Amino acid sequence: MKKYNLNHLRELESESIYIMREVAAQFENPALLFSGGKDSIVMVHLAVKAFWPAKIPFPLVHIDTGHNFKETLKFRDDLVKETGARLIVGSVQETIDSGKVTEETGFDASRNLLQTQTLLDTIEKYKIDAALGGGRRDEEKARAKERFFSHRDEFGQWDPKNQRPELWNLFNGRKRMGEHFRVFPLSNWTEMDVWQYIYLDNIKIPSLYFTHERKVFLRDGAWLADAPFMKKRDSEKVVLKRVRCRTIGDITNTGVTLSTADTLEDIIQEIAATRVTERGSRADDKRSDTAMEDRKKEGYF
Amino acid sequence: MDTKKEFSTKAYLDMELLRFSTAGSVDDGKSTLIGRLLYDSKSIFEDQLEAVKRASIRKGNENLDLALLTDGLRAEREQGITIDVAYRYFATPKRKFIIADTPGHVQYTRNMVTGASTANAAIILIDARNGVTEQTYRHSYISSLLQIPHIIVCVNKMDLMNYDEEVYERIQEEFSAFAAKLAIKDIRYVPISALKGDNVVEPSKNMPWYEGGTLRYILENIHVGSDYNHIDPRFPVQYVIRPQSDKFHDYRGYAGRVAGGVFRKGDKVMVLPSGFKTSIEAIDLYKDNLNEAYPPMSVTLRLTDDLDISRGDMIVKENNVPQISQDIDVMMCWMGEKPMKAGAKFHLKHTTKDVRCMIKEIKYKVDVNTLNRVDDGQELKMNEIAKVSIRTTKPLFFDSYRRNRNTGSLIVIDEGTNNTVGVGMIA
Repeated sequence: MKKYNLNHLRELESESIYIMREVAAQFENPALLFSGGKDSIVMVHLAVKAFWPAKIPFPLVHIDTGHNFKETLKFRDDLVKETGARLIVGSVQETIDSGKVTEETGFDASRNLLQTQTLLDTIEKYKIDAALGGGRRDEEKARAKERFFSHRDEFGQWDPKNQRPELWNLFNGRKRMGEHFRVFPLSNWTEMDVWQYIYLDNIKIPSLYFTHERKVFLRDGAWLADAPFMKKRDSEKVVLKRVRCRTIGDITNTGVTLSTADTLEDIIQEIAATRVTERGSRADDKRSDTAMEDRKKEGYF
Repeated sequence: MDTKKEFSTKAYLDMELLRFSTAGSVDDGKSTLIGRLLYDSKSIFEDQLEAVKRASIRKGNENLDLALLTDGLRAEREQGITIDVAYRYFATPKRKFIIADTPGHVQYTRNMVTGASTANAAIILIDARNGVTEQTYRHSYISSLLQIPHIIVCVNKMDLMNYDEEVYERIQEEFSAFAAKLAIKDIRYVPISALKGDNVVEPSKNMPWYEGGTLRYILENIHVGSDYNHIDPRFPVQYVIRPQSDKFHDYRGYAGRVAGGVFRKGDKVMVLPSGFKTSIEAIDLYKDNLNEAYPPMSVTLRLTDDLDISRGDMIVKENNVPQISQDIDVMMCWMGEKPMKAGAKFHLKHTTKDVRCMIKEIKYKVDVNTLNRVDDGQELKMNEIAKVSIRTTKPLFFDSYRRNRNTGSLIVIDEGTNNTVGVGMIA
């Protein structure tokens, strides 16, 4: 008898496409949260596949902290042009200028927390009722408890102790006015799955993920990229190293790793051998044991 | 580097996915078992282990508390209990695994049912010192109710029973006698010690009398290809794709995930509820034209004729039609805080269809600890399971859950709170 089997990457792909189509069918005004990182690039790729030959039926939303790698913005704009998707940019700088939030100061200052306000403002301004995110359950222990369709109340808050049961492939996106959903099509993917899928489907990713020379400095055992807005202590000396990004976010809390990997195969080998999670070098998660849950409850990504 | 030898991209791309659930309380050694599976497959990273060590010391635990790996929420860590289903991931060179780890104490039925709904296999842990208990019955019954195709019974803590073959055999006999009452297709038994590592990943030197495979070997080799229904073609239409662009002016595709059977290009098909007959012109997956599609593939079907088809319709084969009815009997597990009463109305989701329904009758309840029927048909409380008759506002196209989990499952939603309050398996 013939074997009707999908390999695990195609099964995950099929699940994610199903989720994206559910979102397009169940919601009036969905949007895809785009950070410029590999997960959101894979999300755009899946969305293109899910609706082809039609265009992606929702806009990309970029919450811009103003602290970007310049490669990220270029990549974003090229992708928008290529897919014909609409782009909405929510600016953290504008949120700061409006006086709604106060910028952190000091050496470890980051706009990571401030993003939440900008994100919620953008969701409200554009009346977004479902925000698709690239979060994965393997990333972090609070995310391991996240649903595919995750309900947010009118304040954008997540109530992890009181989540809707989610069974089979039946997704309940019903809500009241003013509430919205966060939807995570990559829930069941691991970091390795994402890289293998990028390799399998030959997906274009920013050059930051491959080895390159960069000015970096060491803080708390992690290498950080130097930039004009990065405040450094006297002991933190800037040096030139061959590095690559394992994740891409805001420069202030994206660690870089020393690496000479310059092909996808090399990256995959490197990940297979590594003994630290990709968020291990993210300053935003180190703030406390439940930092991610606390931020998510407030409405973070 | 050594790792280059042990890791091959090609092998990884060929892996299958196995979803399994585990149920039980901390006392059964469940966290230890999961910790060992993850640790031995190098799926726990140094920074995660460091964080668990720090938290264990802070809590004053002498040993590394592996439960802290899975208990992610603040309330769980503070109270030392597991509240919600947690999903864990690991891969061996043969397969990728998704564990739905369901807690044993709080709201066990609700969580177990949730974790079991997508599982290919269930691990049932039995403490060798206690043998088969009420909790074992409960886990097994729910696993069979949710039609998990493979059950792996792990008789744990064999080290505390001197690795005695008789203890293992007595438990195996006891479980088999009970399991005969349940509809379980495939049961395996393994004597293990999660703590010492016997028969989890490495074969046990302490139990030479056991000739079967280790737990990991079983997980890697269970045949999952036949877990989907490949007999009855069912394609619930999820979304209609109409680009209306110059290049694809007349394109009209029906997007969805194959819920059963195999669809081939050229197949004669019928559309429900209209009953229109047509044939499959093409099966699209992005720019690829496929010859066939089967579960769980997400594809887009194009049909030869221009018909009025929308979300909630179902494409089937003329000679293999699902049941079509507004009156449906289901095994319902209640998850809402407010009890359900006969006469109540709800919103209902089944495949891609949304309807309303009324509960006509609660026929009988099942005591999940004894499997006895209880004729207490007044109301169904949270975590209770009952046979229920419902009537829907429009006909559903369905199969029995036993025949097809995709077309045999439904959820009911409270129209006031929008919460998912009940889940049903069609009889």
